Amino acid sequence: MNWELLLHQVLAGLATGGIYACIALAVVMIYQAIDHLNFAQGEMAMFSTFIAWQLMDWGTPYWVAFVVTIAVSFIGGVAIERIVFKPIHDAPVLSHIVVFIALFSIINSLAGWIWDYTIKSFPTPFGSRSLLGSGLISAHDGGMITVSLGLLALLYLFFRHTRVGLAMRAAAANPESARLAGIRVGWMIALGWGMAAAIGAVAGMLIAPVVFLEPNMMLGILLYGFAAAVVGGLTSPGGAVVGGFSVGVIENVAGTFIPYFGRELKLTIALLLIVAVLLVKPSGLFGRAVVSRV
Amino acid sequence: MTATLLEANALCAFYGATQALFGLDLAVEAGGITTLLGANGAGKTTTLRALSGMVRATGEIRFDGRPIAGRPVEQIVRLGIAHVPQGRGTFVRQTVEENLQIGAMTRRNHSAIAADVERVYGYFPRLKERRRQQAGTLSGGEQQMLAVGRAMMLRPRLMLLDEPSFGLAPLIVQELFGILRNLNRDENVSMLLVEQNASLALDLADHAYLIETGRLVIKGPAHAIRNDETVRRSYLGY
Repeated sequence: MNWELLLHQVLAGLATGGIYACIALAVVMIYQAIDHLNFAQGEMAMFSTFIAWQLMDWGTPYWVAFVVTIAVSFIGGVAIERIVFKPIHDAPVLSHIVVFIALFSIINSLAGWIWDYTIKSFPTPFGSRSLLGSGLISAHDGGMITVSLGLLALLYLFFRHTRVGLAMRAAAANPESARLAGIRVGWMIALGWGMAAAIGAVAGMLIAPVVFLEPNMMLGILLYGFAAAVVGGLTSPGGAVVGGFSVGVIENVAGTFIPYFGRELKLTIALLLIVAVLLVKPSGLFGRAVVSRV
Repeated sequence: MTATLLEANALCAFYGATQALFGLDLAVEAGGITTLLGANGAGKTTTLRALSGMVRATGEIRFDGRPIAGRPVEQIVRLGIAHVPQGRGTFVRQTVEENLQIGAMTRRNHSAIAADVERVYGYFPRLKERRRQQAGTLSGGEQQMLAVGRAMMLRPRLMLLDEPSFGLAPLIVQELFGILRNLNRDENVSMLLVEQNASLALDLADHAYLIETGRLVIKGPAHAIRNDETVRRSYLGY
């Protein structure tokens, strides 16, 4: 066993795991609000990343582009909910799935049409040196861990300690009762979409220097994000975060140490995880099985 | 002659294509307790849901003279109508105190909200003991008290209570109804009470309506209905 290689892979896994955690959290937030998986979550993040790239291409400094992209993504997320999903709120599951797939391919094609399909490099604000000169983890990986942890902490504080956060939790937990408390449930759902889009934007901008920018960059990432959400339990935001970091580490370590997986078969691990968790513990490690007292 | 706080004329309600109310006329006096009685499926819950905009309804509804029919639920609630729904509407994963905070979500004044939380705890000391507990772990009676407490947090002028006695032990019901009486008297909250337990409701209320399959059968002062033997035998079953 090569311990230094293992440590290296674990740290790198935590770095990408942070991204999976963000995507998983975005997926869980929308799932909690409307009971459907947002298949277009990855494409939304990809589009946001292109917006950031475009802004920087026009000469905007990195952090300005970063903040503007988050704001634009938030507004875009709210708009998608208001224009596309509010009207079909009571429609059956299949209608939602069709709309998600449509959204997926519309956003994907739109990005390809505007920015074409050639692979673009995306800058990192953290530099390419190794962090603290240790050679164990790159500065960008360190930055990814820091930013994703910071984002997750902010979200935790928002949901635990603000009135809007409580209103959003109430609206997701029991929409009818929330409405009877005067909470504008429709707007809480829209707000959730906006926040999910903004979180996705951060994830996209952080992972783009690693996977390179192109319209299909988020396909694999979304799959890992789904795996993370399923592992943690779709009803548990905290579980999604733990799931994200676990999936990142498992993916990296297994890809390095299990001979047959290698780089090429790594994505299979995400699918295996999804199947395994659904077979053994369908509600996820931290999810609640739906039990109700009548 | 007291003023009318809530008035419904020719109220009809629909679930999809099915009509559940057929032209009901109803009034709740300001400061009073009105009860709506009837058998299972008579349309009691539907009436409350129609009043707070939760089902499709036609007809005229006036609250404090203002027409409110057709408005969204959130808007009607914000006018000061607190609906304590059937099944209590508990936010089971939130704490007791968070449930109360949710009830005050339409208000801005933080110190007044904090004072009202204490006021609710004054009426329901048991909730104070369990303030940090997940609301889903409360007993049925405690959850019903929490539902009333959450409604109080709105500072409502009218409470719509949907079978608050449902599934509770007789002692708990007595305690709860005593508190409702105090709320009505001390906080000047008018009430429209839907009940299966007619004798209990008629003791608390000053006016009563009796409905059957979505239509009004009889209305009048609660004591008159309680003493009307025919009505009692044929509709109230005691």
